Amino acid sequence: MLDTATTLVMAAVLAGTPLLLGALGEILTERSGNLNLGVEGMMFMGAITGLIGSWGYEQAMAAAGIEAIGAVSALISLLVSFIAGGFGALIYSFLTITLRANQNVTGLVLTIFGTGFANFFGEYVGLAAGGYVAVSSVTKEAFLPLHIPVLSDIPVLGQLLFQYNWIVYFAIGVAVVMSLFLFKTRFGLNLRSVGEDPAAADAAGINVSRYRYMATVIGGGICGIGGMYMSMVTTSGVWVHGCVTGYGWLAVALVIFATWSPLRGILVAGIFGGLMIVRMYISIPGLPVQIYEMLPYMATILVLISTSVRQSKEHAMPASTGLNYFREDRE
Amino acid sequence: MTDTVAVCMEHITKTFGKVCANRDVSLDLRRGEILALLGENGSGKTSLVNMLSGIYFPDSGEIFVHGKRVMIRSPKDASNLGIGMIHQHFKLVEVFSAAENIVLGQPGSLFMSKKRIEAEVAALAQRYGFEIDPAKKVYAMSVSEKQTVEIIKILYRGADILILDEPTAVLTPHETEKLFAVMRKMKDDGKSLIIITHKLGEVMAVSDRVEVLRKGEYIATVNTRDTGQAELTEMMVGRPISLRIERPERPVGEERLQVVDLSCLNAEGFKALDKVSFSVFGGEILGIAGIAGSGQKELCESVAGLYPSIGGAVLMKSEYEGEPVMEPILGLKPDVVSSKGISMAFVPEDRLGMGLVASLDITDNVMLRSYKNGRGPFVDRKRPRALAEYLIEQLEIVATGPGAIVGRLSGGNVQKVLIGREIAQDPTVLMVAYPVRGLDINSSYKIYDLLNEQKKKGVAVVFIGEDLDVLLELSDRLLVLSGGRVSGVVDPRTVTKEEVGLMMVQDLSRASDGEEAPPPEQLRLDLQMQGVRPGDDPGSGLGDVPHSTQNVASDGHSDGAERREP
Repeated sequence: MLDTATTLVMAAVLAGTPLLLGALGEILTERSGNLNLGVEGMMFMGAITGLIGSWGYEQAMAAAGIEAIGAVSALISLLVSFIAGGFGALIYSFLTITLRANQNVTGLVLTIFGTGFANFFGEYVGLAAGGYVAVSSVTKEAFLPLHIPVLSDIPVLGQLLFQYNWIVYFAIGVAVVMSLFLFKTRFGLNLRSVGEDPAAADAAGINVSRYRYMATVIGGGICGIGGMYMSMVTTSGVWVHGCVTGYGWLAVALVIFATWSPLRGILVAGIFGGLMIVRMYISIPGLPVQIYEMLPYMATILVLISTSVRQSKEHAMPASTGLNYFREDRE
Repeated sequence: MTDTVAVCMEHITKTFGKVCANRDVSLDLRRGEILALLGENGSGKTSLVNMLSGIYFPDSGEIFVHGKRVMIRSPKDASNLGIGMIHQHFKLVEVFSAAENIVLGQPGSLFMSKKRIEAEVAALAQRYGFEIDPAKKVYAMSVSEKQTVEIIKILYRGADILILDEPTAVLTPHETEKLFAVMRKMKDDGKSLIIITHKLGEVMAVSDRVEVLRKGEYIATVNTRDTGQAELTEMMVGRPISLRIERPERPVGEERLQVVDLSCLNAEGFKALDKVSFSVFGGEILGIAGIAGSGQKELCESVAGLYPSIGGAVLMKSEYEGEPVMEPILGLKPDVVSSKGISMAFVPEDRLGMGLVASLDITDNVMLRSYKNGRGPFVDRKRPRALAEYLIEQLEIVATGPGAIVGRLSGGNVQKVLIGREIAQDPTVLMVAYPVRGLDINSSYKIYDLLNEQKKKGVAVVFIGEDLDVLLELSDRLLVLSGGRVSGVVDPRTVTKEEVGLMMVQDLSRASDGEEAPPPEQLRLDLQMQGVRPGDDPGSGLGDVPHSTQNVASDGHSDGAERREP
């Protein structure tokens, strides 16, 4: 029983990590007033580029006759996926901030674009590589659960806390840093003001466009890392067609569930992860699998209902999220 | 350029598309003075100072600050030059505290402690004698508190040139006095201030000099003590204008609208209206006075069928098979009411929220009243367009044409579109709520004229207003509300302002239970239980009005409650 519970929690954390990264990227983006619905697209872009980055590094090393190093491969994967996600967000930012295109439409387009981009290059590079893209065991090992001396060996607690791959800890670190940034620093205050009321921020001398660009691009990069987790950890370094599908939208839902707070995001990502994998651990006879798959979405609806009923101004979406800002607009 | 001049703007021109907001306008502000910028709506006052605060960039012209030529490209540039502006619509982040709003965008240490910034703000507030809680969230603040935060925000930035855009529009007279005291204190502190307003009394009370703009052009600058309200009005409007409001006398017609024991609850579940009864007759203007939130909004909206009531009746003059009848309309949707052949027009307080669609043009807004007429799937745009053109011409609406987007018009023109559309329906009853709020003199008088015209045509006009002087001059009878109850109907020709003021603050809930003395809660419950049955409470209507309202109207007709209980 205890064993089942432990494995359930561990599986929940692993399943929740890409959602957490996607949600963190979107929290930062929405805090700046951009509602980027292209999370799924940016995750896809991060997934394929991260994989190809590692794979390309291995190929290059093999060609040069040097042995590939797992840590370097993982680092390249991290950087490349961050840049790819950030690039998707940059397209989005240029369209919505500079050209003031509709945010919803642009985000949806980015999702379609990213999905196509990833599946196209996944198949294309796969064909070039002779069937499918897969990284070698050197890189795979870099994404295996860590073993920290002493800590990982503590019974139960060690398993629950200290036996995950490094991206899990990286994601939690991002959440903590983002929370400190948003709520304790001057720049965080400025960023939040841009998302709440860009006219007020502008009048206070804050460069609204710069804050929006920065937050959206960095947020997109974090989403990209979430996608990289899917291709490097969830599918173990093999390109699987459409491997991110659905995760990006869950991440958007998670932002609402987390009420735009990075720290709450950690908790609710675990819950979402749990809801996604619970069918593999607890099966109620006669209950169709599809019902289990609905759980994360039903939870989101419940959260939407409860936040709407509460109508708290402080735990709601930043007031200007979804709206473009133009200083000379005459109200 | 002497060093006594803080700001000098020369030959400024700014256009928005086809509209010219400022044409060759100059302005100079001396150190340590209060300059009033006076002009009607749409005269370009706000546009002009927005170029000083970095919101707009001038098309041509030069700006000098402390004698040096400057380019102000953004609010940040303005702030660096020591210029701060308090906008008419506050630029505050609602979910932030006062202190957070004040330090927003300022350089400083990366991490900041809430306690330290709150202490800093408290110290600054104390120096200027402001009362403020630095930790209070803006959304929990009153309008006057928000304004205080805006002022402190600017002082915190070390501004010595302050611009206040219509700061008194949202303040009570008492708060206005407090603001003026603060402004004089800042002036004594060596700061230079520009106050934008169209209220002459305020210009005379607080400014040292006045600059007048009209239709985007510079008219004159005069010393306040050398001028008077009449002269300023003439400069502002462009022609001499009488400040008297007409009250054409005409015989009173038939009863058009009867409200009987109308009660409603507000959002918190308390009685917003408590057994309100009155009648309106054709060819009169019934003024409704009361302090803000006395039930005016609920009253007109429930009569118009837009607000739920918990009891009472609203009857309107109608015809049934050729016979005149009083048709009950309470609780019916507006379109059901109009299908009964009753023509009631309502000009709501919230013009762009309830009355018009800001993002549509004038024709489309006019069409909102008529699009259901006619047959076939296509709407008739020709007639609304003709009506829109007619309104633009007749009411002197400043717009590029019937295709002008309503949201881009100035407040006065928006109101003219709305009232014009309603009047064009030939209503038998016209209800207007705060029709001149935010409007300049010229537009206000135009609106009064329109209402008088309707009265002469025999329309029953209900005028809900806030300016007692106007109410007393314009209306034929004046109904005073206090806490959701009618405290009396008086004759505005004989009553004094003070008497009406007293009636406005009368505590009627206590006055009525003085003798029987049930606890107020009990009373409220009782009233609620009998809610729907009109006329069975001897304490309703005028019956419970105590002695201070002896001068209740006796000018030919009385209100509904009296009629029922002779």
